[in-house]
Amino acid sequence: MEFALSEDQTLFQASISGFLAGQAPLDTVRDIAGGDAAAAAALRQGLAELGIDQILVPEAYGGLGLGLLDAALVAEALGGAVAPVDYIANALGALAVSAAGTPAQKARLLPALAAGKVRIGVALAEATGARADAGVQVDQGRLQGRSLFVQGLEGATHILVAAGSGGLYLVESGARGLEQTNLSTIDRTRQQAGLTYAATPAEPLGEDGDRNAALEQVIQAGHVLLAADTLGAAQVMLDKAVAYAGERKQFSRVIGSFQAVKHLCADMAAEIEPARALVWHAAYGFDSGLEDAPLLACLAKSHLSEIGTFVARTATEIHGGMGFTDLVGLHYWFKRIGTNRQLLGGPERVREKAARLQGWG
Amino acid sequence: MDLEFSPEYEAFRGDIATFLAANRDAAPTPNDHGLKHPRRLAWQKLLIENGLAARTIPEAYGGFGGEADILKSRIIAEEFAKSGLPRGIANQGVSMLVPTLLELGTEAQKQAFIRPTLHGEMIWCQGYSEPGAGSDLASLTTRARIDGDDYVINGQKIWTSTARHADMMFCLVRTEPDARKHHGISYLLFSMDTPGIEVRPLVDMTMRANFNEVFFTDVRVPRSQIVGQPGQGWQVANATLTHERGMLGDPNATKARLVAIAELMQRQTLDGSRLIDHPVYRDRLVALQARVYAMQANGLRVTTRQLRGEPAGMAGLIIKLQGCELNHELARLAIDAMGEIGLLYDDDGAYLEDFGRWQSSYMYDLGLIIGGGTAQIQKNIIAERGLGMPREPRPATA
Repeated sequence: MEFALSEDQTLFQASISGFLAGQAPLDTVRDIAGGDAAAAAALRQGLAELGIDQILVPEAYGGLGLGLLDAALVAEALGGAVAPVDYIANALGALAVSAAGTPAQKARLLPALAAGKVRIGVALAEATGARADAGVQVDQGRLQGRSLFVQGLEGATHILVAAGSGGLYLVESGARGLEQTNLSTIDRTRQQAGLTYAATPAEPLGEDGDRNAALEQVIQAGHVLLAADTLGAAQVMLDKAVAYAGERKQFSRVIGSFQAVKHLCADMAAEIEPARALVWHAAYGFDSGLEDAPLLACLAKSHLSEIGTFVARTATEIHGGMGFTDLVGLHYWFKRIGTNRQLLGGPERVREKAARLQGWG
Repeated sequence: MDLEFSPEYEAFRGDIATFLAANRDAAPTPNDHGLKHPRRLAWQKLLIENGLAARTIPEAYGGFGGEADILKSRIIAEEFAKSGLPRGIANQGVSMLVPTLLELGTEAQKQAFIRPTLHGEMIWCQGYSEPGAGSDLASLTTRARIDGDDYVINGQKIWTSTARHADMMFCLVRTEPDARKHHGISYLLFSMDTPGIEVRPLVDMTMRANFNEVFFTDVRVPRSQIVGQPGQGWQVANATLTHERGMLGDPNATKARLVAIAELMQRQTLDGSRLIDHPVYRDRLVALQARVYAMQANGLRVTTRQLRGEPAGMAGLIIKLQGCELNHELARLAIDAMGEIGLLYDDDGAYLEDFGRWQSSYMYDLGLIIGGGTAQIQKNIIAERGLGMPREPRPATA
């Protein structure tokens, strides 16, 4: 029995965080959020060299063959740095192909994915709650309709699409009848888009029988990774609030010596600490096939959405007026957390799923 | 990361489960009233003999004499929870006084007090809080002056649970009134039959007397009945306050509450539909479930740190605050789910659910949020020790 990160995991996460501290300080985040494509590509390249895209690719296909917990540690580091990279989409793509792909699909896609030659975006929002006019139909191997809030299209060679009738499909980025509309959201650190399909050729991922199971796996993993991204962002917001409260003086005292401020920081710490253990447990549960794993993923996603929102609001408030400014830039974390909350289902929606998993309702 | 137990520990778990199943009939029931009911004492003796209570206390003092093993302790707790059988005695004597005596008591004190305390034959109460000394416990003013070979105690304690049933008290008193406040306190042990002690029940919002006030008028206690040195009582007491905070907020107990509330919500109906099928109440249940699971995982993390001999850190500091708050929230959901049924109290009709435990809990748990270090004191500790934030400047007059 050991509920802790291994030394390798701790070092790996520290190497990612260290790289981001050097290569993606807030000024770089601002540049990329403002549209600096060269800086974005350089950051993606640097992270790829650290191996983040190989984590979920099996060793037999040139990957690292690690688990969702390792991927979650990357997501946590990226969230902490509000890193402007689409990590989660590509990770879910690797996971989907590994879990459900046919031998031929695995051989074709996984080595290229590990080498950075294939990048996968994900159009999954319709499987966790379709908004507005979104909806994808499959007709004789062609996709018809619209996906909204597609993740990770920047540099993507393929898109993993969840169809309304169930199952996952792979679409090539330049496919016929595929049209992309960028969606401008509050969070400029990760791009989101809409896709319309007009008789767009699509390849089913895996064999018929496995496809819904694969979709379920991908959503579970997505929930855990989004929770981890929020965990990282929330921890950094708390650290920044504590640091600011230790410097800012009013009434001839640092404001961190006032209990009103101190208790808000304690409340944030008291929420974040057990939430971290919940994220670990959910990721570990996924990797080791615990019976509770689907429930744990839902609980991690919904709970981190809630405590993330609390921390985002509270840490901003502790910064006083400065927390509200673009100059300090705290809003990048605030918006990151706010975005993660809605992606792949907001907390109410995810708790509804958790209830169904337990036979409630 | 590995939540599997080794075969050795799985075998240990199997032994415990077998033992509990075989001895189910020997366990006391809620109808065996009284702290010293023969069935309770016999059960405690059986548990100690088999290493399920007082496990790490030396045999010479009436314990089982096993080696400290955090995983085995955890497995024992889990198997008791599964069996639904009552655990060994975990009163303030066992949880707080015994560890204190083992660490700081004289040989004579260990010989006299540990065995009967472990076996439930000697019940203790804790004389710490005073009307003027709550969160600021070190400002206590109950005075013990030396007269010949005795201390003579005058003053008052409050929030003394089990004082009416206790044989003995471990008590903090001021022995050096001129010393700085943390340095003038001593830790005394004495019988509750000592002349000059008066116990008055203190009825709380549950309308039961869970606590008492204790008054001392010229109570004479031999000077030999001190633990540690005169003036060191604060350090002696602090050695065990951490044990008390650990007791409050046990995640396994919280998980058991969650399960019971989910069952309640499957029995109780609103407009003929089960509460569990009502989306709003169900959403509240799942939101709390996430918090319960988070605290359980946090507990696993703390256990791992203890196994490695590392400090529990922030994961340990937050347990009392979060655990007690969560218990209260769970009771609140149970009552809201029951609605008007949740108002029934001391009612012997057909509508009362779970013997009224949620109604009692909702009120009593508020006391636990305050007792053992208030939520606000916990937040100071989390901020100052956990986050390294500055202390409140001391007023110039203190």
